[in-house]
Amino acid sequence: MPKLTVDGIEVEVEAGATVLQACEEAGKEIPRFCYHERLSIAGNCRMCLVEMERAPKPVASCAMPAADGMVIKTDSDLVKKARNGVMEFLLINHPLDCPICDQGGECDLQDQAMAYGFDSSRYAEKKRAVKDKELGPIVKTIMTRCIHCTRCVRFSEEVAGVGTMGAVYRGEDTEVGPYIEASINSELSGNLVDLCPVGALTSKPYAFTARPWELKKTDSVDVMDAVGSNIRIDARTGEVMRVLPRTNEDINEEWISDKTRYAIDGLKRQRLDRPYVRKDGKLQPASWDEAFAAIKAKVSGLDGKKIAALAGDTVDCESMTALKDLMGKLGSPNLDCRQDGSKIGGPRASYIFNSTIAGIDEADACLIVGANVRAEAPIINSRLRKRWRTTAGDFKVGIIGEKWDPTYKNDYLGAGPETLHEILDGKNEFAKVLKASEKPMIIVGMGALNREDGDAVLAATRAIAEKYGMVSGEWNGFNVLHTAASRVGGLDLGFVPGEGGLVTNDILDGAAKGDIEVVYLLGADEVDMSKLEKAFVIYQGAMGDAGAQAADVILPGAAYTEKNGTYVNTEGRAQQGWRAIFPVGDAREDWAIVRALSGALDLTLPYNNIDAVRSRMVELSPTFASLNVPTKAEWTDFGVSGDMKSDGFVSPVRNFYMTDPISRASVTMAKCTEAFVKDAAAEKVA
Amino acid sequence: MSHLRRPAPKELQPTSFAFTPENQEKAKKIIAKYPEGRQQSAVMPLLDLAQRQTEGNWVPTVAMDYIADMLEMPAIRVYEVATFYTMYNLAPVGKNFIQVCTTTPCWLRGSADVVDTCKKELGIGVGETTEDGQFTMIEVECLGACVNAPMMQINDDYYEDLTPETTKAILDVLKKGEKPKAGPQSGRKGCEPIDGPKVLKAFCGCGAAPQDADASEGDA
Repeated sequence: MPKLTVDGIEVEVEAGATVLQACEEAGKEIPRFCYHERLSIAGNCRMCLVEMERAPKPVASCAMPAADGMVIKTDSDLVKKARNGVMEFLLINHPLDCPICDQGGECDLQDQAMAYGFDSSRYAEKKRAVKDKELGPIVKTIMTRCIHCTRCVRFSEEVAGVGTMGAVYRGEDTEVGPYIEASINSELSGNLVDLCPVGALTSKPYAFTARPWELKKTDSVDVMDAVGSNIRIDARTGEVMRVLPRTNEDINEEWISDKTRYAIDGLKRQRLDRPYVRKDGKLQPASWDEAFAAIKAKVSGLDGKKIAALAGDTVDCESMTALKDLMGKLGSPNLDCRQDGSKIGGPRASYIFNSTIAGIDEADACLIVGANVRAEAPIINSRLRKRWRTTAGDFKVGIIGEKWDPTYKNDYLGAGPETLHEILDGKNEFAKVLKASEKPMIIVGMGALNREDGDAVLAATRAIAEKYGMVSGEWNGFNVLHTAASRVGGLDLGFVPGEGGLVTNDILDGAAKGDIEVVYLLGADEVDMSKLEKAFVIYQGAMGDAGAQAADVILPGAAYTEKNGTYVNTEGRAQQGWRAIFPVGDAREDWAIVRALSGALDLTLPYNNIDAVRSRMVELSPTFASLNVPTKAEWTDFGVSGDMKSDGFVSPVRNFYMTDPISRASVTMAKCTEAFVKDAAAEKVA
Repeated sequence: MSHLRRPAPKELQPTSFAFTPENQEKAKKIIAKYPEGRQQSAVMPLLDLAQRQTEGNWVPTVAMDYIADMLEMPAIRVYEVATFYTMYNLAPVGKNFIQVCTTTPCWLRGSADVVDTCKKELGIGVGETTEDGQFTMIEVECLGACVNAPMMQINDDYYEDLTPETTKAILDVLKKGEKPKAGPQSGRKGCEPIDGPKVLKAFCGCGAAPQDADASEGDA
């Protein structure tokens, strides 16, 4: 542990730390452009120069390893002058177009020029101009502004795993970008916009819409997948302008996927902004009272067994709690939060990502079963890639299921259950890898569990986990990867069939046969609506998607940006998001709608504010008692051993960019689909 | 920036590339030189091999992709190398690729005259190729032969101690399809002083006996 002195302050840093990190430890701010904590060190911007005793000239602190006894000065005249010089050079070719630059107000160069810039330029020659690059529907480029920090190059190579960006040509002609025109085919490309310290890479969908100082910033949680990425929603005058990542080392570090970031424009289209009631076969605008009256007319006196409820993939735990309680009061055991019919919901350890996402950093082998992690949870895939990179390839990954490109080295083992058998019997090569590793993990996707033989697959994967020591002591490497933000929360709350209740598929079949007369869809759009034609369908949600079309009564709910909500991610970590803007039109927060409906039905639920709902949630599951930390689940028996079908596992996510009503309504996601999804391009031609 | 430092237009880019069987062998040997796990270091010699194999003495994009595949590295990393080093041509050049050094030492010794002679003799400007595709002439920065300035490089050979006359003579020989003698055109063998060697004369067979040589060295 080297000890060094920074501006007279003695600090001790970990071995391998840099001088820059030591300076930060001492509370000194070091200006920088190319240095980024999560990327490799480039040392090419020279902005972080500091004075080091006994060194003949200023040193780049980001690339200088901290050593014992170093004496560093960060505020001497020499340092100031050196940085002024660097800044002057950077500004030689940087256009002074801040008024028309989208980075204005949150630009590192702009900010640091305030401290180290000169009031006028001494450079009389022509500035250079660089041709803009076409990087696809998400990243907009104005390459003349590029200062060649190569953060984007390192990010795409190291984190995203797509070698698209590079620094080509040399000297004055250096250009950052792809040599041949190519879009950045990565689910994480939006992060380039955050990384770029200047306005060279900016957001295409957000271009020229707002200035950072006009935005109201609200902390929230993403619902586009089950990762629960921490986000910040920036809104202006009741409109969500953009979504940015919030740093959470345990979940998303500081990245978010493109869907998380850009699907929000879907919230401006196809919204349900007022109640509707179906009259004469047509949905007609109605008041809340009319909508509730229509429901009351249908429901009162009806046997609870003829009523069913399904919760969708993006709903919050508060509304599921309220609906579960309402169904209880109606005497219905038919409720399910598993739209895809997946066979999960046993002991808690059987349906969460037990090792936690940060636990990937400790694992030394990973078996992925029936999950296209890159499409289902790009953030987790980048974590796997990070593990593979930091171990210099010693992190072995085996894939069972469809073939997909994870961006890191992997062994493709087979398509389906047969390969599971081989591993279990130790006949597969990968069995040796698992056996030799100390902390192996298995990731079981919905593609493996949403089949009829899901129970048997679950039992087989559990057997593999047992056999190869994936669960030992503190380590639990049995992981289920969800695709729906609401799923774990729903299972924790017990939004599953009660005694004698029906699961999703039985509810649908029952509705088709006429046994189920009322179906309450809480943001559920992914089920086969044709089976609900006979039933009286209540749809509560924010988006006018499949569920709303099949509905007899529509209750307009709030989108995730418009309500305070609790979500439990795939690790079983409960997190709360805050309301960034108010719901559109007559729409209301979802738990409040259910509460109001319960009043109209004379079955009043016992809570009048969200805190009371949350107390009820704690009653239902200890998950909600401790926010932001995943609670460990006890390892017990689960799954039902049995025969598995020979069909290969198929990931439920066919198109990363469109998985839920919000992303399906998003223009940006449609453009991405067209640009990046091969099947979609082929469909268009056909 | 010279057009040779920009990728050739699509019409000129071939659609496929593969090493010839002989070059395959060479490539294998080149790759084998690098320690396990460092095979990507072979990118530079392989690019050179590809350039030599390609008609027009250049590296088409498909060749870079081919090498990237061969070394299991992202294509962009190969593009970065190929676009950085000026010895790789990104567009086709003439059969005789003339690079005249015009950096200060050569310029002081008359490189401007050499350039002018090339222009006049070949009827092309800097960075251009003759209509018959025989010659391409460009100006380059220091090629590290300042002692023998001015100089030019034609394909793999250095021609040094140039004058307008010797330059013309070299071009004439090339025009005939023959290869002129490489090296200094002034009669000196290497980079010794123009009026003969001053040291170690005994060993180069051009001076006095060894003991005298010692004395004369002392004087100098």
